[in-house]
Amino acid sequence: MATDTGGRTNDCVVEIENLHFSRGTRQIFAGVNISIRRGEVAAIMGPSGTGKTTLLRLIGGQLRPDAGRIRIDGVDVHTLKRRALYQLRKRMGMLFQSGALFTHLNCFENVAFPLREHTRLSQALIRHLVLIKLEAVGLRGAHALYPAELSGGMARRVALARALALDPMVVMYDEPFSGQDPISMGILVRLIRLLNDALGLTSIVVSHDVAETAEIADRVHVISAGKVVESGSPQALRASSSEWVQQFLNALPDGPVPFHYPGPSLEEDLLGHRGAGAAL
Amino acid sequence: MIEWLRLFGEQTLAATARLGRGHMFLLRVLLGLPGLLRRPGLVINQIYATGVLSLLIIAVSGLFVGMVLGLQGYNTLVSFGAEQSLGVLVALSLTRELGPVVSALLFSGRAGSALTAEIGLMKATEQLSGMEMMAVDPERRIVAPRLLGGMIALPLLAAIFTLVGVFGGYFVGTVLLGVDSGAFWSQMQAQVSFTEDVVNGVIKSLVFGFVVTWTAVFEGVDCTPTSEGVSRATTRTVVHSSLAVLGLDFILTALMFD
Repeated sequence: MATDTGGRTNDCVVEIENLHFSRGTRQIFAGVNISIRRGEVAAIMGPSGTGKTTLLRLIGGQLRPDAGRIRIDGVDVHTLKRRALYQLRKRMGMLFQSGALFTHLNCFENVAFPLREHTRLSQALIRHLVLIKLEAVGLRGAHALYPAELSGGMARRVALARALALDPMVVMYDEPFSGQDPISMGILVRLIRLLNDALGLTSIVVSHDVAETAEIADRVHVISAGKVVESGSPQALRASSSEWVQQFLNALPDGPVPFHYPGPSLEEDLLGHRGAGAAL
Repeated sequence: MIEWLRLFGEQTLAATARLGRGHMFLLRVLLGLPGLLRRPGLVINQIYATGVLSLLIIAVSGLFVGMVLGLQGYNTLVSFGAEQSLGVLVALSLTRELGPVVSALLFSGRAGSALTAEIGLMKATEQLSGMEMMAVDPERRIVAPRLLGGMIALPLLAAIFTLVGVFGGYFVGTVLLGVDSGAFWSQMQAQVSFTEDVVNGVIKSLVFGFVVTWTAVFEGVDCTPTSEGVSRATTRTVVHSSLAVLGLDFILTALMFD
């Protein structure tokens, strides 16, 4: 089983080395190594609760690791002072699972928000930029709508336009496909790949939607129990000999991850005097 | 017994940690205040949201409190033949105590709870996180204007409360109960000191504005990002800030009017 992605060169935009992180007593990462090359769409996959979103927050500098390093474009994120970290974040876009659009602003103002905060561009130029970004996600016509008036898929596309507003170097997607109807999902899948290639981005997609993610990812990193259990192209992963990876990719109900939650045997529970419901 | 001690220790530690977090948070927000000079629009929006939108409840409450003061004051003073001093009683009660305190309590219920719920929901829907990832510091962009807006709004509301209250007292005292209008105003003018009474009242409402808004924004930022967490935080804002206002009022009164 490979635990490292290999190929660490200067052309890596994001390098995660020996990352350890725990919340309370629960260890979430125990030595994760991932490198993501410039221009690629990297997928980070794993079952729910493996800390995929936490990983994105660590990359964005919103959380501090217990040990290990995360470098973005050669800069160690967690040694940066506040001002430098905020400067770095201007070059990173993040698409939250919920979209995280500002509910009191309409689509246009949501996308304009980072531009208004960080640039001194004229109103006319901001208008052009916002409309171009909204056009890229196909929602120029919806610019006057408020987030409450959008469907889930549309909200994510507006959030994507906002994440791209400052022309970032890296875009992180947190579960972009979850809860989407097939059409929205298809649009998002295509958009992520298309925008990555057209704008020269590097994309990190965190997901557990195997088929959709494998369709667009250049490389997939599968995380389980705090470590990267497998890395490689989607084709290489399909050919993996790891039972765990096979169970995950093929959505098998039973395997190394058991169907049954650990407990006493069924006979013991049904016939014995101890076990479930004995106290009733 | 041991379990009780353990629980007591745990809760004391949690409360102390929270107090520490609240102060560190305040320090960071205060550091962000100078940046607002470049964007006064953000503060003006907040003065509108917390101040202007609270005007109705403040004015109506002020009117009724003043009218009740007029009634009660008249009934007490008339037995001593001192009903001419009704204006002094109404004005002093309002400028020194009721104006700052009651408007702070109403402000906590009307604007403080709204601030906590707004910030708490922004946290629960990841809007604050999203803002951070857009390289915009929510403590400076969201919290600082709200803190300053609240601090400016409450003294103005308290002044309006007091003014409307005095007219309420005047209406009941002179129009309904027949106290001489000249005596009402002239005694008030002679007995109410600007430096002692009005300024002290303004200082009180400044302090209350600061405490209520600080509590409200901190509860919002510190809440558990769930619907239950936001609802608890909103309740805590009203309870804690009201208690703080009443406690501080006692201390300030003891210092100002001894």
